[in-house]
Amino acid sequence: MRKLLLLISIIAVGLVFITRLFYLQIYDQSAYNLFDDNAIRKVYDYPKRGYVFDRNGQLLVANQPSYDVMIIPREVKPLDTLEFCSLLKITKDEFKKKYARSYTYSPRLPSVFVPQLSKEDYAVLQEKMRKFDGFYIQKRSLRDYQTTIGANVLGDIGEVNDLIIQRQPYYKMGDLIGKQGIEISYEKTLRGVKGIKFIQKDRFNRNIGSYKEGIYDTLPQPGKDITITIDAILQEYGERLMQNKRGGIIAIEPSSGEILAMISAPTYNPNDLVGRKRSENFTKLYNDTIAKPLYDRGLQAMYPPGSPFKVLNALISLQEGVISTQDKFSCSMGYRYGNRKMGCHAHHSPANMNLGIYESCNSYFANVYRKIMDKYETPAKGMDAWSNHIRSFGLGNYLNNDLSVGQPGKIPTAKTYNRAYGEKRWYTTFTLSNAIGQGEVLATPIQLANMVAAIGNRGHYFTPHIIKNIEDDTIDSKYLKPKYTTIDKQHFEPIVQGMFDVYSKGTAKYLQVPGIEICGKTGTAENYTKIDSVKTQLTDHSIFVAFAPKDNPKIAIAVFVENGYWGSRFAGKIASLMIEKYINGTISRTDLEDWILTHSLENEYAKPYSGVPFKINGETTLQVIDTNKAANAEREP
Amino acid sequence: MQRENHRGFKFDWITIVLFLLLVGFGWINIVSASHVGEVIDYFDMSQPYGKQLVFILLTFVLIAIILSIEAKFYERFSSIIYIIAILSLIGLLIGLGKNVNGATSWYAIGGMTIQPSEFAKFATSLAVAKYISDLQTNLKTRRDQLKTIVIILIPAFLILLQNDAGSTIVYASFFFVFYREGLQQIYLIIGTIILVISVLSLKFGVLYTFGIAAIILLGIAFFRRKKRGSLVQSVTILALCLVFSLGVKSFYNTILKEHQQNRISLWLRLEKDPAKLEQMKKREAYNLLQSEQAISSGGATGKGFLQGTRTTGKFVPEQHTDYIFSTVGEEWGFLGSALVVILFVSLLIRVLYLAEGQKSQFSRVYGYCVASILFIHFLINIGMVMGLIPTVGIPLPFFSYGGSGLWGFTILLFIFVKLDSNKINEW
Repeated sequence: MRKLLLLISIIAVGLVFITRLFYLQIYDQSAYNLFDDNAIRKVYDYPKRGYVFDRNGQLLVANQPSYDVMIIPREVKPLDTLEFCSLLKITKDEFKKKYARSYTYSPRLPSVFVPQLSKEDYAVLQEKMRKFDGFYIQKRSLRDYQTTIGANVLGDIGEVNDLIIQRQPYYKMGDLIGKQGIEISYEKTLRGVKGIKFIQKDRFNRNIGSYKEGIYDTLPQPGKDITITIDAILQEYGERLMQNKRGGIIAIEPSSGEILAMISAPTYNPNDLVGRKRSENFTKLYNDTIAKPLYDRGLQAMYPPGSPFKVLNALISLQEGVISTQDKFSCSMGYRYGNRKMGCHAHHSPANMNLGIYESCNSYFANVYRKIMDKYETPAKGMDAWSNHIRSFGLGNYLNNDLSVGQPGKIPTAKTYNRAYGEKRWYTTFTLSNAIGQGEVLATPIQLANMVAAIGNRGHYFTPHIIKNIEDDTIDSKYLKPKYTTIDKQHFEPIVQGMFDVYSKGTAKYLQVPGIEICGKTGTAENYTKIDSVKTQLTDHSIFVAFAPKDNPKIAIAVFVENGYWGSRFAGKIASLMIEKYINGTISRTDLEDWILTHSLENEYAKPYSGVPFKINGETTLQVIDTNKAANAEREP
Repeated sequence: MQRENHRGFKFDWITIVLFLLLVGFGWINIVSASHVGEVIDYFDMSQPYGKQLVFILLTFVLIAIILSIEAKFYERFSSIIYIIAILSLIGLLIGLGKNVNGATSWYAIGGMTIQPSEFAKFATSLAVAKYISDLQTNLKTRRDQLKTIVIILIPAFLILLQNDAGSTIVYASFFFVFYREGLQQIYLIIGTIILVISVLSLKFGVLYTFGIAAIILLGIAFFRRKKRGSLVQSVTILALCLVFSLGVKSFYNTILKEHQQNRISLWLRLEKDPAKLEQMKKREAYNLLQSEQAISSGGATGKGFLQGTRTTGKFVPEQHTDYIFSTVGEEWGFLGSALVVILFVSLLIRVLYLAEGQKSQFSRVYGYCVASILFIHFLINIGMVMGLIPTVGIPLPFFSYGGSGLWGFTILLFIFVKLDSNKINEW
């Protein structure tokens, strides 16, 4: 027995070792992951990112090569630092700092040493690269914007972050991914699929051929080119008109839902977010929390829609049969209910529907709104019926389209008021502001543009979208199916006529464009902000919605100009010019154009931050910018 | 057991062939693990593989000398050899040694360094064999047990003072020798219990250990016929368990250095905090991880000589010394690694077999010492490289790079070969 202890121990240990070896080397091979094997070099073959064209075939976004100098610190051998630094145009201190940073990241893994060399530097460096062990040049593709417009549409690409890598294993450290705009929405289409080669490294870290004859290798699939619905000329023109203003313009082709222009002001040059200066510029844009250039006002800003909302109430009243187009309501500078009054301006009285629309009579729509509500036995039922009609125009909810950002807006229901006042404790008068697009309603410019498109189409719309064509592919079929509103087609004609009369004799009669039958509606929305937690009224938003021509409209447009005062003052002019530009291609109303280009609202935007009391609306002065003279102020009549 | 070729080759050729195979294969792996650059100049003395080749060649001279010396010499001079070894260990502590990596275990002579602890193993073995084989010694008496233990503890303690805890553990292998030569069974049982309690206390804590011990003792008491006095006995044992368990815990927490704690904590999977684990992966566990990956990547047949991508990429630190087995694993795969294990097991069994066949007690005890020392190195080194036991830095005999180690093991083994060859001349 005593003789056996050591013998048994030896044999037992031998068996345990062989079992362990079997486990490690044969059984456990399933857990072996090629990607984790640091002795296998993974070479990614990045496909070309798809190009972006506008609706007329103009190239907007292409690619440009960029060269990163990569480093594997462990493999760096003593080198002529002076020469190397002069080639890279860095100082010796920078070299040391960069080296230390790379070493900290990983001595074995490649990291970027100097990003994005110019082509010239690359050419010189490439010839001498063999002298510098541990460094190599990696070619990458950057976006090359062929235009300076449409930053909010085109978006940009940037390096993936850790979160994305965790969630989507496709992306590896240093890969590029869409960060904004269509680069996000069509990321998968544009990027293609990268190829991968597994290369066996030998003991000198040289490639000695593909791993297992390349059975795991894949070929890259190039990204697909896309055509977007934007009209680059119109987009550019819109951005020019919106200079020195804040707000958004959305233009839609009613017959297809294609977005012709999508302007958010202020904006920036998309080229600012390419290459070496990207992070610096992005930070600058991101930190501008006052002008918010990265905030897409056309899609994200929820404004009170104001008077354009009235036409929906007119449509609903006809659909509900509570009124005929000839019913008249009197208006004496406002609508009185209880001891309160909803103000209005001077116009003929009493007003029928046509007059109500083109003169934008508040009293008329207050009456109409009450009639709709009074049709139902309780205000709650009336509210839900009304809300349902409104929502059928794409308001109050996300549009669910292919834009990377968006907002649902706000359309109240009975529930909204039940929550605020308690069930059965509120009446139609509580919600009367909804009649004129104030109160509890909010909408984004794109929702309003879509609303007018639906009116222009006499009762249906196509979800506004930005994709027109994908190379070798079809676009999502949901964009091709019309969505019908709850309003019957015959009810639209009086409303369209009313909107036409806005131009012919109403609030926009000075904005007529010769030769084009435009239907529009002005809007002026009160708005408030908080200054030192005091609710303070600011100059009204200038709003305008329109479509043209009157029959078979080609363009529907919504323009919001923040604090632009009344509807036709800024938004109306801009909308008219945009329509003319799109339909005629040239501008005959150069007077309007000049006015828009020379008037700025920057003074207006500075007011809430000035720290001193300020005046709004009628008591304001409008800033004029002149290329020759210094900016001076002009008293508005 | 007469040997036929009495006048011809009288040494045990199986042992010698196994030795040669291990040394040769070891060197091949040192080449893999230590070469840099494209051209391999096998005699390049600036490279480990070149040096090791010279060490190996010198080994043959050493073997010739060992085998030509009269067998009686080893027995007669064992005390003197032991004293010389002890003095050389003391010499290190009084400032004659050279400090490498925090351990003062080397003498620098000319361009070479010599590690006396490697030689102390065979010297101690000789001394132990000598003492136990003395006719007056009876290992069943406590006095003689104590004396033998002192013989071992002196070099073990001196080596511990050099800050070489790994080499100290090797001296535990003499337990096998003592047990073979008559140490009471109870020590084996106590030793096993101590090991189990240590692991349990660290893994599950003192309370659980106490609980488990109590349940087992209750069980034993229940089934035992003799009830008398068993209560006092049980309570005493239980108390001892508790005290020992607490002792282990506090030893781990206060006396062990941080890296030693971490090695044990990795082995027993004590650390649960992911951040700390991640940090450990970069430090204590780094070697182990790399070595396991290298072995694992070898697959069934390995990547071939000089083709080990992790070996040549120098992913595994210390790969030509303590972690040499990972090279075998990667380049020679399961077949090669299993072969090495089998070679070692064969050598150990062969030595054991020969030891049992010795007529002189001195030779038998010495043979047992050889088998035990080689076994503990084999167990700890390969176990460590494959992650089965905590990291302890000791070399793999005949495989790992290093002149002192190679010579120490060669002398250890070949003195036995000589003793074995001489058994016919005895009596």
